[in-house]
Amino acid sequence: MLEVRNVRKQFGGLEVLKGIDLKVEKGDVVAIIGPSGSGKTTLLRCINFLEKADAGTMVFGGETFDMASIKKADIHRIRRHTGFVFQSFNLFANKTALGNVTEGLITGRELRKDAAEQIAREALTRVGMLDWADHYPSQLSGGQQQRVAIARALALSPDIIYFDEPTSALDPELIGEVLAVMRSLAESGMTMLVVTHEMSFARNVSSHVVFMDNGQVVESAPSHEFFTAPHTERTRAFLQGLTSH
Amino acid sequence: MHEFMVRVFGESIGDLLTDSFDKILIPGITQTIPLTIISFSFAMIIAVITALIQFANVPVLRKVARIYIWIMRGTPVLVQLYMVYFGLASIGISIQSPFAAAVLVFSFNEGAYCAETIRGALESVPVGQIEAGYCVGLSYLQIMFRIVLPQALRTAFPSLSNSLISMLKDTSLASSIGVAEMINATRKAIGISYEVLWLYLEVALIYLLMSTLVTWLQRVWERKLNAMMGKGIEKHA
Repeated sequence: MLEVRNVRKQFGGLEVLKGIDLKVEKGDVVAIIGPSGSGKTTLLRCINFLEKADAGTMVFGGETFDMASIKKADIHRIRRHTGFVFQSFNLFANKTALGNVTEGLITGRELRKDAAEQIAREALTRVGMLDWADHYPSQLSGGQQQRVAIARALALSPDIIYFDEPTSALDPELIGEVLAVMRSLAESGMTMLVVTHEMSFARNVSSHVVFMDNGQVVESAPSHEFFTAPHTERTRAFLQGLTSH
Repeated sequence: MHEFMVRVFGESIGDLLTDSFDKILIPGITQTIPLTIISFSFAMIIAVITALIQFANVPVLRKVARIYIWIMRGTPVLVQLYMVYFGLASIGISIQSPFAAAVLVFSFNEGAYCAETIRGALESVPVGQIEAGYCVGLSYLQIMFRIVLPQALRTAFPSLSNSLISMLKDTSLASSIGVAEMINATRKAIGISYEVLWLYLEVALIYLLMSTLVTWLQRVWERKLNAMMGKGIEKHA
């Protein structure tokens, strides 16, 4: 359902992505892992066009796009099928939890208010935040904000949801509630592409793992295989580094 | 009130202040306040447009906005008033009403200052708010008007209130092109009684009263705006 080929990106002469290939099938939960600075987040942002890739091809919904020269209208069209969850939540500060979820439905999709609110309430229920519908982001904990952000993505019934380190900005005791929501989404068959440092998620929830280092994909494999029988020395070293702490 | 004035200031000054009070306050209500409210409303519209043009980095228009702000902030309001009312008339573009000329000048002058305030506030809104807007399918303008601008105006509110108070007092300059506002009325009263100190003191107090009212309104509105963004209420988690 989503495929990117040879994605390249430079920031001021520094090559952050050195030709990435990635494929996500419908129903897959793909975890992108790797050390800090390996280009994981940049890749995800390029895939949702928050950064413009210098080169790369995207196949989405059967159509092929050149990522370096894609038109605004095409970006808009692709985004109607995708959701994005940010590391720092980025809930609209001037809107309640409910308002955050309905905004895309009412303003973006031009749904009627009552229809949008019904969808939003269902989405908030799925993340366990219905009781907080009237609260503003500043009144919610980080974990609660991230759950609302997931509901905001979910309400637009996307074909795939991108997660950019969704638990990295959270206090340790709040990580669990967000991971639980993500696990239930995965179990419901949602296609997900998740940049994460949570190895438990990569190991137990995701169906595939992509290991990136230094702007390249080092290894890509089904997750049980990745953790039990890694193919490359670099992967083994990375996994060893995790367990030795 | 007369009784109070006489008791505090003695017979002659008490009489003088009581007589002149209405004569100064009424132009305040019919001229100073409308001039302030109308000009400030236009100024806000101009300021939002000018700020958005700069924030969005619209080519050409961005330069025009910078030049407009540069000129408005770099020249005295008094000179701007003279140029618009007397200067334009001398080349055949005559604005008949001094009130209209004053509205024109104060709108554009204040608009330039407020544009800078609002631009700064726009830039303080985290870029993640814009990115999130794109990700839920909003267009750039929808993001600006529904997400970024409301947050920026909340941030800018105290400074904008400051500008409003400042402009309320600056409208006194409109007396110089013949707007029949409070300073003009005070001068007339002085022409009759020659009580310069007392009458200027009186008009000063009326200005103080009006700006106190604006300050009070500012506090009420700030509380409302905070409630609208869930601030000032305890966190529940």
